[in-house]
Amino acid sequence: MASEYKLELRGVSKSFPGVKALDNVQLAIRPGTVHALMGENGAGKSTLMKCLFGIYKMDAGEIFIDGQKVVISNPDEAMKMGIAMVHQELQPVPARSVGENMYLGRFPVKKIGPIQVIDHKAMYEQTEKWLNEVDMHFDPKAMLSTLSIGQMQSVEIAKAVSHDAKVIIFDEPTSSLSDNEVEALFKIMENLRKKGVAMIYISHKMDEIKRIADDITVMRDGTYVGTWPAAEMSIDDIIAKMVGRELTNIYPPKDREFGDVIMEVEGLSSIHKRSFQDVSFKLRKGEILGFGGLVGAQRTELMEGIFGIRNLSKGEIKIHGHKVEIKNSRDAMKAGIGMITEDRRARGIFGCLSIKDNVGVSVYNKFLKAGFVLDHASINKVVDESIDKLRIKTPSKQEHIANLSGGNQQKVIISRWLANDPDILIMDEPTRGIDIGAKHEIYEIMTELAKQGKAIIMISSEMPELLGMSDRVVVMCNGKKTGEIDNEAEMTQEKVMSYATMF
Amino acid sequence: MNKDQVIGFIKKNTMIFVLIIVYAFFSFRTGGAILLPMNVSNLISQNAYVFVLATGMLLCILTGGNIDLSVGSVVCFVGAVGATLMVNMKVPVWLSIIIMIIIGTAIGAFQGFWIAFVRIPPFIVTLAGMLVFRGLSNVVLNGLTVSIKDKSSFVNLFGGGADCYIHDVFGNGTLNLTCLFAGLVAAALFIMIQVSTRMQRTKKNYEVENFGAFICKLVAVSAVIIIFSYKLAQHKGIPTVLIWVLVVVLVYGYITSNTTVGRYFYAVGGNEKATKLSGINTNKVYFLAYTNMGFLAALAGMITIARLTSAQPTYGQNYEMDAIGSCFIGGASAYGGIGTVPGVIVGAVLMGVINLGMSLMGVDANMQKVVKGVVLLAAVIFDVVSKRGGKLMVKN
Repeated sequence: MASEYKLELRGVSKSFPGVKALDNVQLAIRPGTVHALMGENGAGKSTLMKCLFGIYKMDAGEIFIDGQKVVISNPDEAMKMGIAMVHQELQPVPARSVGENMYLGRFPVKKIGPIQVIDHKAMYEQTEKWLNEVDMHFDPKAMLSTLSIGQMQSVEIAKAVSHDAKVIIFDEPTSSLSDNEVEALFKIMENLRKKGVAMIYISHKMDEIKRIADDITVMRDGTYVGTWPAAEMSIDDIIAKMVGRELTNIYPPKDREFGDVIMEVEGLSSIHKRSFQDVSFKLRKGEILGFGGLVGAQRTELMEGIFGIRNLSKGEIKIHGHKVEIKNSRDAMKAGIGMITEDRRARGIFGCLSIKDNVGVSVYNKFLKAGFVLDHASINKVVDESIDKLRIKTPSKQEHIANLSGGNQQKVIISRWLANDPDILIMDEPTRGIDIGAKHEIYEIMTELAKQGKAIIMISSEMPELLGMSDRVVVMCNGKKTGEIDNEAEMTQEKVMSYATMF
Repeated sequence: MNKDQVIGFIKKNTMIFVLIIVYAFFSFRTGGAILLPMNVSNLISQNAYVFVLATGMLLCILTGGNIDLSVGSVVCFVGAVGATLMVNMKVPVWLSIIIMIIIGTAIGAFQGFWIAFVRIPPFIVTLAGMLVFRGLSNVVLNGLTVSIKDKSSFVNLFGGGADCYIHDVFGNGTLNLTCLFAGLVAAALFIMIQVSTRMQRTKKNYEVENFGAFICKLVAVSAVIIIFSYKLAQHKGIPTVLIWVLVVVLVYGYITSNTTVGRYFYAVGGNEKATKLSGINTNKVYFLAYTNMGFLAALAGMITIARLTSAQPTYGQNYEMDAIGSCFIGGASAYGGIGTVPGVIVGAVLMGVINLGMSLMGVDANMQKVVKGVVLLAAVIFDVVSKRGGKLMVKN
C-alpha cells in the first residue's frame, strides 16, 4: 500500500535502567519536506533518531518506509534502506582525504590479477561527482583536516546522498557553523527538497526552523506532544508546547538568608571566539545560583574558565571584593572555589581507587605528620565523617568507588570538595545519571550547604531542577549571557526557554 | 572463614600462591638444589638490580602504564662513568659514588622533563634514551672492559666480589649467628608491628581480619623470614646487597603508601583529569617518577659493576624488561593506578626463582626466555580478564 509518508514511526518506546526515555512516540515525514523535530534537552529527540537509525533497539514500536513495515537493527541496515544521518558530532578521519572519508568501509575495488586493490581513480571521480551534486566544489583529494567544519558537514551530506538516501537526519547541523555556511547548508537542503528527499531537522534555533521547516513535531519528556505545519506556529507557540509541563514541587523549600556578595565575575571571555564571551554575574553567600541554557551554551566552559583550567582573553574575577588571578585549579582552590564536574566518570572519580583515596586526594597536603608523612588517622576520621554525614552507602571506606551507585559516587565527590572547605562550590549537572531517591538527597545536601553560608553555582539542563533549586537563574545561549531572572514570580519555563534560544 | 572470604583471600594473594607452587615445583625437579643455602643466597645477589629497578619502574607504571625503556642503558652508562672515574682518573671512591648518583638522577630528570612538561610520549623519550646512553657507554669505555677488582671498598660496599657478606660478630662457627639473629629480630619486629596495628584498629572499632587468618599470617611470614635467614646463615651470612635492597623496598613501600606524593602517583594513574581538577600538579608527578627512576638506575648501576667487578659496554641489556616484567607479574596495572611495592617484589622474586630454577635444571637459555615471556603474558592476561569479570574477549 502506498503511503502519503516517506517514513513513519509509530508507538516507539524505549527504556533505560531507571528512566523511560521514549513513551509511545510517533513521527511521520512527507517526501520532499523538511520536518523539524523539537524539544528541550533530554526530550528524547536524539534517542528517537538513534532508534530509527538502529543504534538503539527500541522496546516497542514500528517503522514504515513508503508504507512498508521494516525492521532496522543496525546503522548498516538503515543506510541500505536509504536512511542517512548527519551527526551532531562529526566523526570523520581528519588525517585522510575527502574521498577516503566518503568511501570509508566501502572502498571501490578493482582487480590486478588475482589481487583486489582499492580503485583510487574511481573513488576520487565518484567523490567529485557527489560533491558537485550538493553544489560543493573542492578537491576530493584534500585532507579532511584542511576543511572548515561547514565543508566537513557537506562531505557528510554528500556521503548521505551517495548512499542514495531518501531520508536524511540532520542532528543540530548548524551548531558550529558560521552564517555563510548555514546559508550554504540551506541551499543544499533546498536542492534535496526538490529531489523529493525527506529530511528530519533537529535544532534549537527558532529562526532557522521558521525559515526552513515545513512541519514541526514537538516532544517533551520522552512523549509526543503533536505535529503542526510550521507556517501556523509562532515562536512563542513552539516554546509553549516544548515546556508545557506541570511543575510539581519536590524540592526543599527556599527559605534561605543571603549574605554579602562573595564573588563577582566581570566580562569574562574565552580565548576561543565560539566559547563564552563577556559574561558577568554576582554570587552571594548562602544562595544557589542556577545556570540554565541548552546543551552547548558554554556554561561548563565558563565554569572551567573561572576554575582556571581554560584560558581567558579578558575579564576579571573578584572574591570578597578583591581581584584574584586564577591560573590553574590550585589557584582556584586557594581562592576557596570547588568544582564538581559534569562528567563524573571521566573527570571526577578515580575508579580503581578506594573511597578513602577519592575523598583524600585533594586534602593529603592538609593532613601530614612531620611535614611529609600522611596522617592516616586524621584522614580516616574525615572520610568516616563524610560517609556518615552524606549517608554514603558503602560496606567500608576501603571499597572501590567504581562499585558504588552513581548517587553515592557523587556524594563521595562532594565529600572530596567539602573536605577542602570551599566558600564557593560549582556543581555542574549535579544529579546527572542519578536515580530519583539519590537526587533528593543531593538536593538536601545542597540546601544544607547553602544554609551554612556556602555559595553554590549549579549548572542544570533539567528545567524543573533549575527552577526548583535556584534562588536566581542566569541563562546563557551560544556563549553569551542572555538573561538573568531574580524573582520567583518570573522564574518560569517559558522565560528560561526564550532566553536560552536567543541566538 | 566462609567460602567468599577464602576466594577473596586467594584472589588477593594469587601471586604468592603461584610463587609457592613454582618454588615447590623447582625444589622437586632440581632434587632440592634450589633450596640449598648457596642458591638461596644467589637468588638475592643475582636479582638485586631487578628489585631496585622494578621499584622505580612501579612509580612510572603507576602514573598510567608508562614505562622506562632506558634503564638498562642508564645502568650501563652510570657504571661505565663510575669505573672510568675510579680506575682511569683515580677519583676517590666516595666522590665517584656521588658523581654517579648525580649523573643517573640528571638523566632521569632530563627524560622526565620531556615527558612531563613537553608531553612527549614516554615510550619515545626512553627509547631514545636507551639508544643514546648505550652508545655513550661505548664511547666512555672506548668499547673496552674496565676492571674495578682492586677498588675493594667500592666492591664490598655494593655487595660484589668474594667478600660481600656482613661479618659475623658472634663466633666463628659454620653458622653465621649475626645473620640468624638479624632474622629473629626482623620476625619479632614484624609481629610487634602487626599486633600493635591490629590493637589500634580494634580500639577504634575498625574492621580487622579474622583472628585465625591473622595468626596464620603471622606464623607463616615469621617462619619464612627465619628460615630464609637460617639458609643465609648457613652460607656466609647476609649479602651486603640485601641491605641495599631492603632499604629501597622499605623506603619506597613507605613512600607509596604513606606520603602525599606517593598517593599522587596512584591518583594520576587512576584519573589524570580528575587529579588536575583536584589541584595537583600532574606534570610534577610525572617528572618525579622519571627522575626517581634515573636515581634508582644509578644505584642499580653501582650494584651491577660491583657484582661483576668491572664495567663493560654490554652490561644492563634487557634490565628494563626484567623490571617491567616484575611489575606486571606483581600485579601492577598496565593502565596505571594499581600496584604496590610488596607486590612488585613478589613478582621479581617469582621471575628470579624461575630463572634460577631453570638454570639449575639445565634448561637452554633460549627456552628460558620463552618461559619468561609466557609467564609475563599470562600474568597480564590474568589481571586484565579478572578485572573484566572473567570475560576473556571484549565485546565488539
